[in-house]
Amino acid sequence: MEFSFYLIQLLNGIQYGFLLFLVASGLTLVFGIMDVINLAHGSFYMIGAYLTFWLTGIFGSLFLGVVFAVPLAVALGFVVEKLAIAYLYKKGHLHQVLLTYALILIFDEAQRFLWGNDSHGIDIPAVLSGSIPLTDVQVYPVYRLFVSFVCIVIGLGMFYVIQKTKLGMTIRAGASNREMTQALGINIEWLFTIVFSLGVGLAAFAGMIAAPIDSLYPGMGDNILIISLVVVVIGGIGSIKGAFVGAMIIGISSIFGKTLFPDMASIVVYAMMAAILIWKPQGLFKSA
Amino acid sequence: MQKISKPVQLFLLIALGFALWFPSVGDEFYVELLTNIMIIAIFAMSLDLLVGYTGLVSLGHAAFFGIGAYGLAIFFGEMNQFSIWVALPVSMILAALAAVVVGWISIRTSGIYFIMLTLALAQMFYYYFFESKRFNGDDGMFMNAKPDVNFGSIQLMDLSNEHTFYYFTLGILVAVFLFLVMILRAPFGQVITGICANEQRVRSLGYATQRYKHVSFVIAGTLAGLAGFLEAAHTGFITPSYLGWHESGNILVVVILGGLGTIYGPIIGAVALVLLEDFLPDITEHWKIVLGMIIVCVVLFLPNGISSLSGKIFRIPSRIMKTIFRTFRG
Repeated sequence: MEFSFYLIQLLNGIQYGFLLFLVASGLTLVFGIMDVINLAHGSFYMIGAYLTFWLTGIFGSLFLGVVFAVPLAVALGFVVEKLAIAYLYKKGHLHQVLLTYALILIFDEAQRFLWGNDSHGIDIPAVLSGSIPLTDVQVYPVYRLFVSFVCIVIGLGMFYVIQKTKLGMTIRAGASNREMTQALGINIEWLFTIVFSLGVGLAAFAGMIAAPIDSLYPGMGDNILIISLVVVVIGGIGSIKGAFVGAMIIGISSIFGKTLFPDMASIVVYAMMAAILIWKPQGLFKSA
Repeated sequence: MQKISKPVQLFLLIALGFALWFPSVGDEFYVELLTNIMIIAIFAMSLDLLVGYTGLVSLGHAAFFGIGAYGLAIFFGEMNQFSIWVALPVSMILAALAAVVVGWISIRTSGIYFIMLTLALAQMFYYYFFESKRFNGDDGMFMNAKPDVNFGSIQLMDLSNEHTFYYFTLGILVAVFLFLVMILRAPFGQVITGICANEQRVRSLGYATQRYKHVSFVIAGTLAGLAGFLEAAHTGFITPSYLGWHESGNILVVVILGGLGTIYGPIIGAVALVLLEDFLPDITEHWKIVLGMIIVCVVLFLPNGISSLSGKIFRIPSRIMKTIFRTFRG
């Protein structure tokens, strides 16, 4: 196995890690700030992908599709939060698990109802469909580099918002100590709605930009959900830094696992999670 | 544990009587359906011990169910005859061992971490069976024979007879029920209930709460393995989806549907859910949306499950009387 093979796997792993980071950061914020388990988070990844599929079909351009799909996804997140999630703040984890599990059933079946059981795909836009040479014989798709680039930009944007703005400060305060934040006069309900809508919006956006690379298929949300849960648990609930580190660990090891141990690839990920948790039960980083 | 109230005791006795009488008049299809319900009820009761009484929400309970099912196949393969005296203990012991390991890793955590950890560890087992060549992976295994229940060379029960299997399962259901009542009334059950209510306090009384939680986890896992064994023996089909998280989510729905923190609640929940899953598809192809909405309604409006309805229903006549008296008193 030459160096270029490993380089490609590494690049794929990093790109997958970035996507996981987008999905997981929304999840970890919702856990950390709202103490709500939202199993339907993966469904929003699927919703983002299918919205883009639909809108790209209408507009004929992936860019336009994404531009219109993002506000739709955020709006849907807002609606779900107001109608369902808001009830769950006072309830225990069990009821949160059950309600969001029911949401998964509803969303999955709604997808089947609207788009059927087949797989679908979206074409990579022409301007991004080339490849750049890595070595004399290997090339790497431009679109994958573009995806990583977009994720980096968003990650930096998130870092800026969370560390340098007042909204970010409120979010960090809410993650640290919800009651105190409320006692200081912050409208916690408004904050929750924003965090939730943006969180699922991020997941949806990840689904949108990943759509041309992976195909769209029924149940695609379930897979990304479980992996994201692993990332969040490893990284530490409520910690964006943890989500990033966890996503990179899982992303890279998952891709290498598939190529080096194809029979046991999935187990590798969970075994690593178990090992990290035995060492640090609260995850690698503390919240916020 | 709260004593089971007289009306509920009466209801359970009537239900038992109905269950004993049913196969003599019921259609073969319904006898099989009821056996399935009973197996799910055993599975659900095991989870209720964990969730309802110990307060540990596990999203990976199906792993033990599936391990119990695969235990049937682990030494015997698809074609051979095998004895229940070997197969059943093997299944339960394997499930117990898995529960010891999973419990040891998970119980150090709590809250959201615990839920996600149990889910992820169950997924690990799921993928093991999914990708394993030994167990046929995703194609599943078809067991050609039911377990032998023999004493020496005398056959005690012929489990390939649907009615015999029904009564066999009913017997196990009653046994598990009584077992759970017994341990929950014992000091062990008191400590468990205490841990659920306020763990720190119980710990300050000198109890090793982690160990109690672990024991509860293992008991729950073993009983789930028993249910898995029965399922595999009944249907003759074993598939990795027995360990999947949809199975775990489903059984959690059964528990809350019936009523958390009651031993008989899961039985009611099992009846409700199996009937729903059996008859809804006849109404619409996209029945899962309906099921999802029913679950949402139960969570929002009936958080204590169907068994809490009995309290509410009995109160209606007295409420009616009170309103009548109030209007006439003026």
